[in-house]
Amino acid sequence: MNLTLKIWRQSGPQDPGAMHEYQIRGISEESSFLEMLDVLNEELFARGEEPIAFDSDCREGICGQCGIVINGVAHGPEVTTTCQLHMRTFNDGDVITIEPWRAQAFPIIKDLVVNRSALDRIIQAGGYISVNTGAAPDAHATPVPKGDADRAFEAAACIGCGACVAACPNASAMLFTSAKVTHLQLLPQGKPENLRRVVAMLNQLDEEGFGSCTNIGECAAVCPKEIPLDVISTLNRQLGKAAFMGV
Amino acid sequence: MTDNLNKDLYTEGEPALDTKAPMDVPLSECWEARKFRAALVNPANRRKLRVIIVGTGLAGGAAAASLGEMGYNVDAFFYQDSARRAHSIAAQGGINAAKNYRNDNDSVHRLFYDTVKGGDYRARETNVYRLAEVSAAIIDQCVAQGVPFAREYGGLLDNRSFGGVQVSRTFYARGQTGQQLLIGAYQALERQVAAGTVTEHPRHEMVEIIVSEGRARGIIARDMTTGELQTFVADAVVLATGGYGNVFFLSTNAMGCNATAIWRAHRKGAWFGNPCFTQIHPTCIPQHGDQQSKLTLMSESLRNDGRIWVPKRAEDCEKDPRDIPEEDRDYYLERIYPSFGNLVPRDIASRQAKNMCDEGRGVGPKIDGVARGVYLDFADAIQRMGRAAVSAKYGNLFDMYERITGDNPYETPMRIYPAVHYTMGGLWVDYDLESNLPGLYVAGEANFSDHGANRLGASALMQGLSDGYFVLPNTINDYLAKCFNLPKLDESSPDVVAALEEAQARIDRLMAVGGNRSVDSFHKELGSIMWEYCGMERTAEGLKKAIGLIRELRAEFWANVRVPGKSIGELNQSLEKAGRVADFMELGELMCIDALVREESCGGHFRAESQTEEGEALRHDDRFLFVSAWEWTGEGQPPILHKEELVYNNIELKQRSYK
Ligand SMILES: Cc1cc2nc3c(=O)[nH]c(=O)nc-3n(C[C@H](O)[C@H](O)[C@H](O)COP(=O)(O)OP(=O)(O)OC[C@H]3O[C@@H](n4cnc5c(N)ncnc54)[C@H](O)[C@@H]3O)c2cc1C
Ligand code: SF4
Ligand code: FES
Repeated sequence: MNLTLKIWRQSGPQDPGAMHEYQIRGISEESSFLEMLDVLNEELFARGEEPIAFDSDCREGICGQCGIVINGVAHGPEVTTTCQLHMRTFNDGDVITIEPWRAQAFPIIKDLVVNRSALDRIIQAGGYISVNTGAAPDAHATPVPKGDADRAFEAAACIGCGACVAACPNASAMLFTSAKVTHLQLLPQGKPENLRRVVAMLNQLDEEGFGSCTNIGECAAVCPKEIPLDVISTLNRQLGKAAFMGV
Repeated sequence: MTDNLNKDLYTEGEPALDTKAPMDVPLSECWEARKFRAALVNPANRRKLRVIIVGTGLAGGAAAASLGEMGYNVDAFFYQDSARRAHSIAAQGGINAAKNYRNDNDSVHRLFYDTVKGGDYRARETNVYRLAEVSAAIIDQCVAQGVPFAREYGGLLDNRSFGGVQVSRTFYARGQTGQQLLIGAYQALERQVAAGTVTEHPRHEMVEIIVSEGRARGIIARDMTTGELQTFVADAVVLATGGYGNVFFLSTNAMGCNATAIWRAHRKGAWFGNPCFTQIHPTCIPQHGDQQSKLTLMSESLRNDGRIWVPKRAEDCEKDPRDIPEEDRDYYLERIYPSFGNLVPRDIASRQAKNMCDEGRGVGPKIDGVARGVYLDFADAIQRMGRAAVSAKYGNLFDMYERITGDNPYETPMRIYPAVHYTMGGLWVDYDLESNLPGLYVAGEANFSDHGANRLGASALMQGLSDGYFVLPNTINDYLAKCFNLPKLDESSPDVVAALEEAQARIDRLMAVGGNRSVDSFHKELGSIMWEYCGMERTAEGLKKAIGLIRELRAEFWANVRVPGKSIGELNQSLEKAGRVADFMELGELMCIDALVREESCGGHFRAESQTEEGEALRHDDRFLFVSAWEWTGEGQPPILHKEELVYNNIELKQRSYK
């Protein structure tokens, strides 16, 4: 396939950045979106231009490292990660615009690469169960009803890619945060710290400069792991409880 | 091989060192005895000690979190933007543990036995026994952290079985076991970051190791966003940097997986163990063409219900598989290995798939003239269990397959082919996970231990977490206690400055070549040499040829590579790749030398000259019952081979048979 690509280029955080246009030919429909960019980069190299910087690692849809806005949609037109988007989704001759995640809390490092460390700091604020190594009880000592385990699993599937933030008009990280809270609070092991966790994580979310959630739902629409929107209500209920209990 | 050639390629040195495993007690008491005899560090003194951990996968993440909890100062480095993205995340299948929750006669001893046998008797008894021993505690630890393992309606954990064993001891979390385990370790790590015991260094790549007075005392790391080289000194260094399968370019590893950290340490004196032992995984999605950047694994758990076949006749290969009647299909694994069938170990399943394709009975698109694919068929399973049950068990894998290939595996059989997956080799370590370089510890896939010549499924996750949560936190104390009184190394000391200068000189050299070939083009060429001559089947002739080709390619690399962009001031992904490929060029040669020296077939290492009449791997225990530990002697100089003899006191060596 032959395509026209309009790509955001920015040499560093201080550079204002701009869209650049590239023509590319001979892309196999079997290739992934990132393999298409690899091909473009080899061509740029041959022309003596600098390759486009973009993030990826596993290329299997699981590490969460990739992530770009394609034709205005985080991760592009299908519900999947950028690395698992394949060129057969596009048509010969298409014009495709490619931009980085845009959010105040995700400063641009270069071209399509942004800094998502703010998400780690939200986890540091309480997104864990406080257990030290080496003294855990037998795994069968605490049965977990299958329904709870499955729902916890569904929320635990978040890969921390940040697409939800990129898609949200307020650049809120509520879906990400709620997914973690939901995962941990559904398991008996995670319950004791639950309310403290909710408050601490939400405080951190504000501190990082993420916007607040106004229930728009764009986040769940682009989430490659289909984290359901109702995890946000789970979190809100916990928040209400925390306020009531004065946590 | 003539002696002359040997001397050109390598020389033999002293046998390997004592492994520190207490051999005066029975095997089952080794670990307790070692823990008891190891020196301790008083909690108040721990905060005066600093440990560097490179890598935050299961091994490094678990170790960093555990050592942080104990009160040490930990610096954790990784090249991704978040610790949660280490490649352990990609593991789909599961993690083994001897819990006997299934009442199927599983035990520590059986897990130990299966692992040693599966590794074709090329693993160290003491290490493997310990792995089996702590396996049960790993599951407990992970459940306590909130890892959402698959459960049954009664609320208890579910299990399944994996290739090469006959019990159900594999714990799993749908197709995301690695992700869920890693997130558990990552959360424990972030908790320590918040507590101030661990400092994370995201997007930092270790490019050199600091050795002072014969001890590992720190690293040089490159801040990938600014290009700045930074110096970090410590009391001990742990490398947990994963596997080096990307030396083959196409593999199931993540794009960034590399050998740089362990290779830099090797060049500074750390021995490299069994570099040629590479695992080829039988169930990957076949290559689609030349724009491909990596291969994707389909979990081997699929072999529990999927049946593997090829057409009996080459003429049928292009037909729609659904139109090929039962009697014209060759379910070759079930035919050749009736008692294990589709669940034979990976090396066997891989080699047989290759044999079928080489015979001209492969299916799917042709790459270089050969159709490289075999069918993995779920039609029977769907008929037996119903589509819904198949979907509940494997749905996400089916979706992944369809997303990548555009084919629906509920309707037509999947196509699979072997791909490079896991490296059993790595830096040589003793029972304490310490390399021969004092103060340098190596954990997870980066070390050579525990798996022997072949890794059984679901055992790498177990090893990573065993190393990180349970072994290192107990053994490293012994070293730290003894070096507690060493003077702190000054950042301006000559050894530190020299390491920094070396790292800088290497980057300058890469930037200065200014030729006209891209780094990727070299990486692909190296990969195809490795796959052709040091892949699934190796011959003396092919390996010698490969060594020559790699040497030429390396010379060409240093004469003709071009690294665009700047080395300082901004992100430069080409430069990152260039450094890694330069190291792969040297490692690739050592892998070929190691494979050439090992004139036997074992596990993932198949020498065509050494096979039984039936075409199975033929070991030569009389000559090769040892670990190869290689010492670096300088660029272009023949390395020195140290042999660590393997002692089997508790397991009888048998010819491995899965028939
Ligand atoms: C697709 C796939 C599926 C698998 N499935 C299974 C399975 O089902 N069961 C099983 O048991 N095993 C499985 N394995 C194997 C297993 O996942 C790995 O062997 C294991 O996770 C490796 O863990 P690790 O901690 O050693 O390394 P990794 O998780 O690879 O971590 C390496 C770390 O080192 C860092 N790093 C590397 N180099 C540098 C450097 N120079 N500087 C700084 N940091 C660096 C990285 O950033 C990363 O943090 C699978 C492997 C793959 C590839
Ligand atoms: S909630 Fe979904 S979109 Fe947001 S970080 Fe997690 S996986 Fe990505
Ligand atoms: S590269 Fe890992 S999710 Fe896309």
